[in-house]
Amino acid sequence: MANKVIVIGGGLAGLMASMRAAEAGMQVQIFSVVPVKRSHSVCAQGGINGALHTKGDGDTPAQHFYDTIYGGDFLANQTAAKNMCDNAPRILELFDRMGVPFTRTPEGNLDFRHFGGQKLARTAFAGASTGQQLMYAIDEQVRRLEDQKKVEKFENWEFIGTIIENDKCAGIVAQNMFTMEIKAFPADAVIIATGGLGVIYGRSTNSTINNGSAAGIVYAQGVKYANAEFIQIHPTAIPGDDKNRLMSESARGEGGRIWTYKDGKPWYFLEEMYPAYGNLVPRDIATRAIFSVCIDQRLGINGENQVYLDLTHIDAHELDRKLGAILEIYEQFVGDDPRKVPMKIFPSVHYTMGGIWSDYHTHMTNIPGLFACGECEYSYHGANRLGANSLLSAIYSGSVAGPSAANYIKGLEKSNEASSDVLAAEEKKYQAEYAEILAMRGTENPFVLHDEMGVLMTENVTVVRENPRLEKTLDILKEFKERYKNINCSDQSANGNQTALHIRRLKYMMNLAELITAGALARNESRGAHYKPEFPQRNDDEWLKTTIGTYSENGPVLSYEDVDLSHIKPVKRVYDVDNASGKGKELAEKEAAAGEEDKK
Amino acid sequence: MKTVRLKIKRRESENAPSYWEEFEVPYRPAMNVIACLMVIQKNPVNAQGQPTTPVAFESNCLEEVCGSCSMVINGKARQACSALIDNLKQPITLEPMDKFKVIRDLYIDRQAFFDALRKVKAWVDIDGSQELGQGPRYSRQVQELRYDISRCMTCGVCGQVCPNYSSNTKFIGPHVAPQVVSFNLHPNGAFNKEERLEALMDEGGIFECGNSQNCVTSCPKEIPLRQSIAQVKSEVTWSGIKSLFTK
Repeated sequence: MANKVIVIGGGLAGLMASMRAAEAGMQVQIFSVVPVKRSHSVCAQGGINGALHTKGDGDTPAQHFYDTIYGGDFLANQTAAKNMCDNAPRILELFDRMGVPFTRTPEGNLDFRHFGGQKLARTAFAGASTGQQLMYAIDEQVRRLEDQKKVEKFENWEFIGTIIENDKCAGIVAQNMFTMEIKAFPADAVIIATGGLGVIYGRSTNSTINNGSAAGIVYAQGVKYANAEFIQIHPTAIPGDDKNRLMSESARGEGGRIWTYKDGKPWYFLEEMYPAYGNLVPRDIATRAIFSVCIDQRLGINGENQVYLDLTHIDAHELDRKLGAILEIYEQFVGDDPRKVPMKIFPSVHYTMGGIWSDYHTHMTNIPGLFACGECEYSYHGANRLGANSLLSAIYSGSVAGPSAANYIKGLEKSNEASSDVLAAEEKKYQAEYAEILAMRGTENPFVLHDEMGVLMTENVTVVRENPRLEKTLDILKEFKERYKNINCSDQSANGNQTALHIRRLKYMMNLAELITAGALARNESRGAHYKPEFPQRNDDEWLKTTIGTYSENGPVLSYEDVDLSHIKPVKRVYDVDNASGKGKELAEKEAAAGEEDKK
Repeated sequence: MKTVRLKIKRRESENAPSYWEEFEVPYRPAMNVIACLMVIQKNPVNAQGQPTTPVAFESNCLEEVCGSCSMVINGKARQACSALIDNLKQPITLEPMDKFKVIRDLYIDRQAFFDALRKVKAWVDIDGSQELGQGPRYSRQVQELRYDISRCMTCGVCGQVCPNYSSNTKFIGPHVAPQVVSFNLHPNGAFNKEERLEALMDEGGIFECGNSQNCVTSCPKEIPLRQSIAQVKSEVTWSGIKSLFTK
């Protein structure tokens, strides 16, 4: 009986998919470039949204759904987002049962905090390292399943290609990062859950493994990639040489204020510009405001690109209890105590809203048997993700993809697993590819080339996007592709060869950089995180559609498809006044009434 | 030009001989050890000006939450991302945590540390991911203690500094004791309390700990190791005595 699922990526989405596929009777093999417990999900800080309604403030999943769609500037697929929000309370309960040490109320219930773009306290949290805590809980459950021999892990193995046989996904090829061995693994279905691609931008809040190359590999193998141009720039990070370190939105959720000096006095510009939401406007809005203050108005602190994120008016004990983990990060890496002096922050590349295209009912891509979930997939967030929806979408999409892959396999007439001939041929093909990488004897250093690409992308394809610069960026990316051919593989070791691995990754990162830029160039409007001064308004008549990128040798080919708008009619998105509160209730009542009509 | 001098203990593979190689990289404010290793990747030339291979190392989150980049820096096992150059005496020596299998240079395999978590069943044994309503309520005090323990990154530093932990000894490692405490504190986790204690009763268990307390002073996350180890030792003893009478 066919029952073999391979999951690539061991973060929250991958492990959730693994757990649920194993529960559905599948044998699961997980491939990860790091021991799964070290996955990037651990970096999520502030919390996870779910309208569990324990605060008595009238919160509902319908309001959560409305805020998510409104916050995403109407580009998210509505049914997908609705299902996610409806399921969020169950997800919180599940992770509570797994033993996540969620911060509690005096009565012992889950506590909830405020987050951006939503007026109600809807965000459950475990101190300020919620992602780490959720990640550890699912890691523990997968270890339990491993103990029961339902799951097998291949840690320190890098995914390097899917095997397609008879137009279906029949397995993968992976490389052992210790021994450099290349091996093909057969499967009935494969789930990609490899996270975001911030590292394409060089410095971001992402971990070093979030280079997007796995998504780039399947894209080059013919998988459609959606909404690539939507990259979230988080308003509050500490700029650094090796990375930009995130200062969670929960700092503002707990009362933190953003300000700079104007005419010698503190200027709380978000509170002034957006009185209805103040410091808790969504990230794209806050980021553009900070950009404008620092770059256009030159009002950054000490004339540099930085503003204050201020917690000093809040009780230090409360800060330690609710935000301790991020305060430690600031103290450790900057040296100042944020309980006493305001933190200096600036926006940074943070989250990938776009991603591998999948049918959001099943999470299957356009290649049968190949599924995608988590940040590497695109369905849930549209043009801008709300804070604390990322942990939720990772878990929720994983919990859809796992059983969906199992259902797909149960419906197969015969196993998809690649035959031994095909496996041997695939191994040979990738061994030859690897030999070519080792044989590269040019003059370019792959890490330097990556660095240059990061700077180029950060300068031109982040907060403010201008068509002439995007065109120039595409030209330079083409030059980079030529320079890539002239790389020198300075390391020939048959053991732990990180240089050779990086050379392979860089190729696929370049393809995605091109796709992000091409998508941004084509989209002549402003929506969510995508802002063009030349086209400052959202243009639903022409651009309320999903960008689909398809790989070709000569660069990305763009096409478009409709967004699922089956629940909420698009309206203008504003945050200076409150236009979203109560809309969830209206929506729920309307849908209930429509349901009654259907029954009649 | 201000520079940073590094002396790195390298080896080609697990059984190859190790050797020291020196590097000199341009100084930048607020730079950490990982940033130096990244500079070497971009210009793999040693202090003598000879071309060499980039140094193999592990890193990921770079904000001391993933546990990847543990290494021995100026003789002290710690995370390389939070090792700021301004606070380190030069030349800065970098060595792998050799209580674990060294893959190459500073790149190590800590699988044994993860396997130990499996041995003590460091999980809540839930019936499955199906809908079963809310989890058990418990107090803020218990939650806060469990949270403090649950920040353990399995980084391996406590094993590296422990005189009783090595690839030649059986000791399971200091890191499991707090995990046992935390899961035994959880209302439903406590259902498997005896199994966890039993796993630490015999050879390789908690009594291999010689109380050096090196783990306590080295843990980057200040996990309550001292209290946890003491508590587990006492509970394992009582559990052992109890089982004598019930068997």
